[in-house]
Amino acid sequence: MNLLDLVILLPLAGFLLVLVLPKEEPGMIRNFTLIISLIVFATSLGLIAPFWFNTPGKFVFETDVPWINSPAIRYHIGLDGISLWLVLLSTLLTPLCVLVSWRYIDKHVKQFYAFLLLLEFGLIGVFCALDFFLFYVFWEVSLVPMYFLIGIWGHDRRIYSAVKFFLYTMAGSMLMLVAIIYLYNQSGTFDYTKILAGLQSGSIPISSYAQLWLFLAFFIAFAIKVPLFPLHTWLPDAHVEAPTAGSVMLASVMLKMGTYGLLRFCVPMFPSAARACAGWIVTLAIIGIVYGALVAMVQPNMKKLVAYSSVSHLGFVVLGIFSFTQQGFDGAVYQMLNHGVSTGALFILVGFLYERRHSLEIAAYGGVATPAPKLGIVFMITMLASIGLPTLNNFIGEYLVLQGASMVYFRWTVFAALGVILSACYMLWLYQRTFLGKASEDLTHHMPDLNFREYAIIVPLIVLMVWMGSFPQTFLPPISTSNAALLGPLDSRREIHVRAVPPHLPGLQTHTELANAR
Amino acid sequence: MPVNFLPTTADYLRFLPEIIMTVGGVLIMLLEPLLGEDDKRTNLSALTLAAFVGALVAAFLANDNPGTSFSNMLIVDGFATFFRVLVISVGILTIFSSAQYLRQEHAASSEYYALLLFSVTGQCVMVTANELIMIFIGLEISSIATYILAGYLRDDKRNNEAALKYFLLGSFATAFLLYGIAWIYGTTGSTNLANIRVALLTPGSERNIVLAGTAAALMFVGFAFKVSAAPFQIWAPDVYQGAPAPVTLFMSAGPKAAAFAVFLRVFMTAFGPITSRWEPFVWASALLTMIVGNFAALLQTNVKRLMAYSSIAHAGYVMVAIAAHNQIGVAAAMFYLAAYALMNIGAFAVITHFSRQGEKYVNVDDLAGLAWKEPMTAAMFSIFLLSLIGVPLTGGFFGKFYIFKAALDANLVWLSVLGLLNSAVAAYYYLRILVVMYFREPGEATASLQPPTAGINATLWLAAAGTLVLGIAPSVLLNFANSSSALVK
Repeated sequence: MNLLDLVILLPLAGFLLVLVLPKEEPGMIRNFTLIISLIVFATSLGLIAPFWFNTPGKFVFETDVPWINSPAIRYHIGLDGISLWLVLLSTLLTPLCVLVSWRYIDKHVKQFYAFLLLLEFGLIGVFCALDFFLFYVFWEVSLVPMYFLIGIWGHDRRIYSAVKFFLYTMAGSMLMLVAIIYLYNQSGTFDYTKILAGLQSGSIPISSYAQLWLFLAFFIAFAIKVPLFPLHTWLPDAHVEAPTAGSVMLASVMLKMGTYGLLRFCVPMFPSAARACAGWIVTLAIIGIVYGALVAMVQPNMKKLVAYSSVSHLGFVVLGIFSFTQQGFDGAVYQMLNHGVSTGALFILVGFLYERRHSLEIAAYGGVATPAPKLGIVFMITMLASIGLPTLNNFIGEYLVLQGASMVYFRWTVFAALGVILSACYMLWLYQRTFLGKASEDLTHHMPDLNFREYAIIVPLIVLMVWMGSFPQTFLPPISTSNAALLGPLDSRREIHVRAVPPHLPGLQTHTELANAR
Repeated sequence: MPVNFLPTTADYLRFLPEIIMTVGGVLIMLLEPLLGEDDKRTNLSALTLAAFVGALVAAFLANDNPGTSFSNMLIVDGFATFFRVLVISVGILTIFSSAQYLRQEHAASSEYYALLLFSVTGQCVMVTANELIMIFIGLEISSIATYILAGYLRDDKRNNEAALKYFLLGSFATAFLLYGIAWIYGTTGSTNLANIRVALLTPGSERNIVLAGTAAALMFVGFAFKVSAAPFQIWAPDVYQGAPAPVTLFMSAGPKAAAFAVFLRVFMTAFGPITSRWEPFVWASALLTMIVGNFAALLQTNVKRLMAYSSIAHAGYVMVAIAAHNQIGVAAAMFYLAAYALMNIGAFAVITHFSRQGEKYVNVDDLAGLAWKEPMTAAMFSIFLLSLIGVPLTGGFFGKFYIFKAALDANLVWLSVLGLLNSAVAAYYYLRILVVMYFREPGEATASLQPPTAGINATLWLAAAGTLVLGIAPSVLLNFANSSSALVK
């Protein structure tokens, strides 16, 4: 049992322990969950160690033990530079979500924290699983607690949103299951590394027709999760109705399951199908970037605005992945993390506002910065990070993605860059309407400034925004190494079209003709 | 012919589970007049339980000495043992969940237990039968007992309707089966499954293909009725809704598993040589069954009726395994039927517990807020529902996974895709139950709920534990299913 196993299993143990705690003691349950999630985070920091001085291009902390004998299903997990930071993102945000829910969740406290820990277990597992069956198990397991988090503790339309969220994901993952079983029947294993090697060396025979269908089956499952336009409609509902902790986990980590799946499985395993579809997918991604931004601009509801901004931001990630360039890949992964940090922070701040005023309508606010200047400052930093101001995190990711895309097709960059401009519009306008202007008497009365607990939640994220924006080299090397490992065989397998020599060109002769001439 | 028709000891030992249960059933009917009103409830159920446990042990013992008995009429192999243990276990769980229900309906009498024993006996005969006549006899023993059980509360209108519908349509379907048996006997001159297979494999039997195909079609009608596969599923919703809740629990698990066992054995062995003829029909029926079950269930408000349609849909999944007509398919069907029995019994045990006297509360909405009144019951109900949806780490998921793996092995790509998309549709109606249990405030029906009795609790815990074990460590059962799925000896 290595450190990674510990990081995966601790939340599960925490989940089981919370279940046996007495429900009459909500304070004890809160403290216990906070401690457990902090321990998980502290433990997960140890995962950085092998990446600190040199950056291995292969998986570390691998555990590979049989789970079910026939069919051969293995508990195979491992970590590379891509999954490392996503795991850390999950373990960082869980204790923050515990703190966010400290006052807000006052009914069924025990179940809430139990589901939160189960969710953490599922999410960490998704990013480490190297066995397709195991991956599918974690993928679905993370779905159930989120369903309950939205459905039990959400706002008014929570039931509709929870069911919609579940069904969308379920429909997609069913297609993925078919593809996984098909791959198993062709290769006799669920092991990701073996299947990838087999597909790349050609030892697993898959026709280009089958490859296209397999690619689409995986792609649709992941695209729903990302969500890619036009499969995004579950997202605004789920985000708006979920409690703050649910929105944060959903936006910051769960959406990354989709993009992670695209990067880890879809593109490396089915490169020619991915290249064949890249034009369509990038078009959808760019539509998503612009459409998400435009819709965000007209939202009267803050959470919905942030939700649509997610559609826009995740479009960048997809664009980066389907540029098939090193910069694009790096930018995509970095953007996943940036979005996790800055959009997570935005949802947390919207949650702070909601706790004070009990409204998500932008119109209910105005002039908040006067009674709560510190809240105003952190919101401004977060908002600027989300826009992509240089020295803050999103800038790095968006720049890399745009550069990667421009290397392939410059027109993509032009359209995608529109999204950056539009994001400045909706974010600045949101800030202006909410924080600036004259505060009403009623609002001033209900708007205390940040307290200690809220500082403890938001300061780590602000620090990260500046750090990731100013010193990206802390984070990028492991990502680049792993991306290069994914991208290497991808480039070498780029299809080269060989044409017969046109007969009217006399200067060119084939080998046979040369031999005959001799 | 110097054949010794006297059965040997080995013959009896292989038939011991059925003997024990028959003796138990007869004993119960004889004992009833001798017992006082109070003794009846406890003593009779204890005696039934003892008979079932004895039969369970005998079934395991019989498996140590596999082979045929009574001149090749019965066969004890891994497949038979698997289903024997399954149907007997279903019987045991049915007793656990019935006691409270019978008491509140003032109907705790010996017939109930005796009929239960006879029905399970019939199912055991079905799954061990090596021969069409024995299959028919087993089916009749099981069905007639189940018809009566469906109308067990004779003063209840819905019970009567259920029993009559089940009986009339059931007899009609059995007639088809019998007619099919007659055709195949006429064609091949045998009712023994292995002999029929040999006859159909013999060169020159091609000219009989129409006759054999007709026989297969007729028998398919009979079996499809029993497993409630479309287009012969019409009876199921009415009967499941009308019958007493613990009887529905029993019907949806035991007789269904036994009917599938026979279906598999007959079609994989006797009709194995003409697979290409029946496979398209099973394919179509599987798809239709899934679609009818899942889409009709979307509209239901009565939870028993909803579960009836769900049961049809699940029959569709097992039909997919039959359509795959390979050895993995057989193992997958076996595993799935076991997992399905556990999760369905669990779900119906909750319904039995919740419905109260006269089955007053059987609407989905009645379950509102159950999670906050009885967290444990709701948690276990959620496990059963998630298993029915097919969420990983439950038996239902692994069973479904294995079935569709078998189907893809047999290159049934479209059936797999459509089947799995169907199960995404199915998620919606199971989620509705989860929604009312967890996302609504407790209503009047929930508020007046008494804690579950020991019997219901035992059923719930056993079923929940079984569902999770089959999901997390399926090897326990899967290895046995895989090793006993070779039906052609």
